[in-house]
Amino acid sequence: MSDLFSKFDELIETREQLLSTGLTDPFNLVMEKVESPTVAICNGKRTILLGTYNYMGMTFDPDVIAAGKQALDDFGSGTTGSRVLNGTYSGHRACEEALKDFYAMDHAMVFSTGYQANLGIISTIAGKDDYIVLDIDSHASIYDGCALGNAQIVPFRHNDIEALEKRLKRIPEGAGKLVILEGVYSMLGDIAPLREMVAVSKANGAMVLVDEAHSMGFIGEHGRGVAEAQGIIDDVDFIIGTFSKSVGTVGGFCVSNHPKFEILRLVCRPYVFTASLPPSVVATAATSIRKLANSADKRAHLWENSKRLHAGLRQLGFTLGTDEPQSAIIAVIMPDLETGAAMWEALLNEGLYVNLARPPATPANMTLLRCSLCALHTEDQVGEILGMFAAAGRATGCID
Amino acid sequence: MSDRQQTYAKTLEMIAPFNKKGVAITEATRFAQDLEWDSLTVLDFVANVEDEFDVLISMNLQAEIETVGQLVDALERLKA
Repeated sequence: MSDLFSKFDELIETREQLLSTGLTDPFNLVMEKVESPTVAICNGKRTILLGTYNYMGMTFDPDVIAAGKQALDDFGSGTTGSRVLNGTYSGHRACEEALKDFYAMDHAMVFSTGYQANLGIISTIAGKDDYIVLDIDSHASIYDGCALGNAQIVPFRHNDIEALEKRLKRIPEGAGKLVILEGVYSMLGDIAPLREMVAVSKANGAMVLVDEAHSMGFIGEHGRGVAEAQGIIDDVDFIIGTFSKSVGTVGGFCVSNHPKFEILRLVCRPYVFTASLPPSVVATAATSIRKLANSADKRAHLWENSKRLHAGLRQLGFTLGTDEPQSAIIAVIMPDLETGAAMWEALLNEGLYVNLARPPATPANMTLLRCSLCALHTEDQVGEILGMFAAAGRATGCID
Repeated sequence: MSDRQQTYAKTLEMIAPFNKKGVAITEATRFAQDLEWDSLTVLDFVANVEDEFDVLISMNLQAEIETVGQLVDALERLKA
């Protein structure tokens, strides 16, 4: 009998080699206690969190928590059903209303995770003879959405407007076209030239879907994302987002002005064939979304944090993923996985948690220490973080 | 040279910069096993080929192409 697990042997070996050096497993950290959006206890030690997607720090917001507790009391712990059967409570509708108001769009559909939102929308709207043209660095959920459907998949070089245009022009006459872009690319924290890309897509008769998972709540005047910041949100056909980042809970959504959008509730399998979100989750999401709409001061502070960390890390001599800070993500590029893992552990020992990102999740086989800032990181904390990077960088030989 | 021969010659020329191991290329050479290209190399190479021949090689089609000869056949079909 052949062992179906032999295909994982190479990965198992790489992992064992790395851990045999005595390093802490970067993918097995447990937070014993979470004190706030920016501080947790890990291995008994007070640790500053710089590797969460809690960009706007909503997870401990008193109004958000009160809404969740009330919903638990009023509606119970779960719906035990699909959105299209017994799984739509008033809270789910209220959450969709909050999204429609937040984005000023006609329709909103809430999924159980952001991953499922991409899976569902992409696989359902692009059919057998349609073409999906997507950025090569797209998130796994976008690729999986493509794999679940039957459309022709055509990737183009990251953020390359001309490469996108050339491919759109080569699509056979009459075929349906969907262009998929992200506002912020989560590995390097760079943004897309959406204004130009959406214009090129529209000029070539394509519909456009933009995943704004990492920009919602933070980028754009009303926190609607990069499409808002670049002034072309009205030309975007579908925006995909998540509740597990700035919103501070879990869930996903799609908003759109397409007049026939509501039919998706009946034909989108990752929406139909899964249980809906618990009442407490949609209650916390709706409350959080409504507060995010009016959080201009927090957005301004988060930009300050991002600029300060970017400039400080660069001054220390680290190589960063972008020349200028473009989002709340700042990626520190490591020479290799071993150094990256050593640096990750040194930072943890200093009392700082960041994300270790490695291939195949990263572009160009890079190993990254991904820092994501929170609007609730104080100026003092950012200073503390830079001190920890300096100490860990010198201890591991990453900087002089 | 026939049209197919020209396409094959051009393809060989485009493989060369990615042929780090200096493998002798024939129509039967396999991209993954013989050239040991990883997915990123494949994506780069495909983008170049698409632009050279002004065609689209979708990921769906890529999945069916294993050898150099199969790529040349596919290009002949796409150009037609």
